[in-house]
Amino acid sequence: MSRIGLIRFVVIAALIGALELACRTGLIDHRVIIAPSEMASALWTLLASGALNADIALTLSMVGLVIALSIVLGFAAGIAIHALPRLRAALDPFFATYYAVPIFIFYPVLIAIFGLSIMPIVLIGVATAIVAMIIATLNGLDRVPRVLGKVARVHRLGPLATALQLQLPAAAPYLFTGVKLSVSYGFIAVIAAEFILSPAGLGREIADAYADFNNRRMYALILFLLVVATAVNAVLHALDMRFAARRSGGRV
Amino acid sequence: MNAAPVPREVHAQLKGVTRVYPVVPGAGAKMPVHALGPVDLDLTRGEFFAVVGPSGCGKSTFLEVLAGLQTPSAGTVAFEGKPVSGQVPEGVGVVFQEDASFPWLTVWDNVAFGLRRSGVAAPEVRRRVEDAIAFMGLKDFARAYPSQLSGGMRQRVCIARTLVLQPRLILLDEPFGALDAQTRLLMGDEVLRLWRRTDATVLLITHALDEAAMLADRVGAMSARPGRFIDIIATGWPRERDSKIVGEAAFGEITGRLWERLRGESLKALGHSGAPAMAAE
Repeated sequence: MSRIGLIRFVVIAALIGALELACRTGLIDHRVIIAPSEMASALWTLLASGALNADIALTLSMVGLVIALSIVLGFAAGIAIHALPRLRAALDPFFATYYAVPIFIFYPVLIAIFGLSIMPIVLIGVATAIVAMIIATLNGLDRVPRVLGKVARVHRLGPLATALQLQLPAAAPYLFTGVKLSVSYGFIAVIAAEFILSPAGLGREIADAYADFNNRRMYALILFLLVVATAVNAVLHALDMRFAARRSGGRV
Repeated sequence: MNAAPVPREVHAQLKGVTRVYPVVPGAGAKMPVHALGPVDLDLTRGEFFAVVGPSGCGKSTFLEVLAGLQTPSAGTVAFEGKPVSGQVPEGVGVVFQEDASFPWLTVWDNVAFGLRRSGVAAPEVRRRVEDAIAFMGLKDFARAYPSQLSGGMRQRVCIARTLVLQPRLILLDEPFGALDAQTRLLMGDEVLRLWRRTDATVLLITHALDEAAMLADRVGAMSARPGRFIDIIATGWPRERDSKIVGEAAFGEITGRLWERLRGESLKALGHSGAPAMAAE
């Protein structure tokens, strides 16, 4: 483990240890927060029982679907908008202020239209995540060196080959930022939508546990989501660092 | 001095070529920009031709028109007897001033890029790439990424990427513009080696008179915009030459003559009329 990694580990371990101590000594009321070891134990019991399998599968598949749709559609929309400068000029103010608008206000509208199903959750998730991918695609394409277009013509590449073999890899660092943001927004939007109103899913389970004052179950579910989201982001971060190291000659 | 035998076969030809950039709404310019010409030039097969001229005189436009990257507004361009229009012909390689290496690929993969696209068999790709990498002195860096190399080495990667495709006409657009003077001299030697080995016709765009005088068989001096050839000087260098010729008296004479032809044009490009400065001498 690197020195920085060790420091990171020590900081996290110290925070968890402090919370454990505060909970065990009664400094923090167990009706507010339970000890981290108790959360882990409750989560283990829940996972071993298999009672959460359906909810885990539902939530993670919805998160996956939202992320995939946001990335693919956002990338395609970004390319199309980049190719149409006037459309882009018209849309730029919306992109600039998009995240200043609480998109979730439209969730009840979507439920009214599509009913209490996965559709409103997926739509609100895509609506939350897709613009980050569009903006990242536009940024990436803006930064593709113009000389690569000339290189493509010297090599007699067609538009598709130019896009896939030169523009896409050249814009990749910016696209990857869009992917990371889409993943984060996808998780947030799906869990939040489930939490507000949905027939099933981990967010729904957390809301129910909260309403029932079932702290063990609620914190176990929160811990599960924390672990999953952190693991996904850690993988993305590792990939990002690996690509960045290549491009900067190891100087990240 | 033994003069290089001058080949006679016309390899590439420009006849009455002009390039006028039309007004693009919202782009700033209110008038069409007459960037180039009319220009007439015959490049003979196997010669090394350099173009010098003041900044903004249309040198790069000239190269791009010849390469097929831009369509001339008037006149005709031909390569090996066939018209060039809107597409880079097979057999033409271009090295640009900007770093055009692909940062996501290793040196080896950068050099192999064009060959793989052309469907060349893997063993032949390997042979030609390794040969080009060795020729350009990049053997120890074949697995490195461009970001791990200096500017000069990255430019060598781009030259190697052009070289492997065995172009018959190599167009170099100020390829050493971003390099220091010593590296430029050494890169000039590399280009001369490349030229001798490939027997290709080479056209070099440069703003450095000494570079043009050292490398080329003929040097075309271009006027301020719109760029036209105001003089074409035959250097008379032997084919076997390197940067040591900068110490020869003839080298000073050539650069002196080039500067004499270009001084007024450079002043024009800077917004001076040129006449008072010339008259004061």
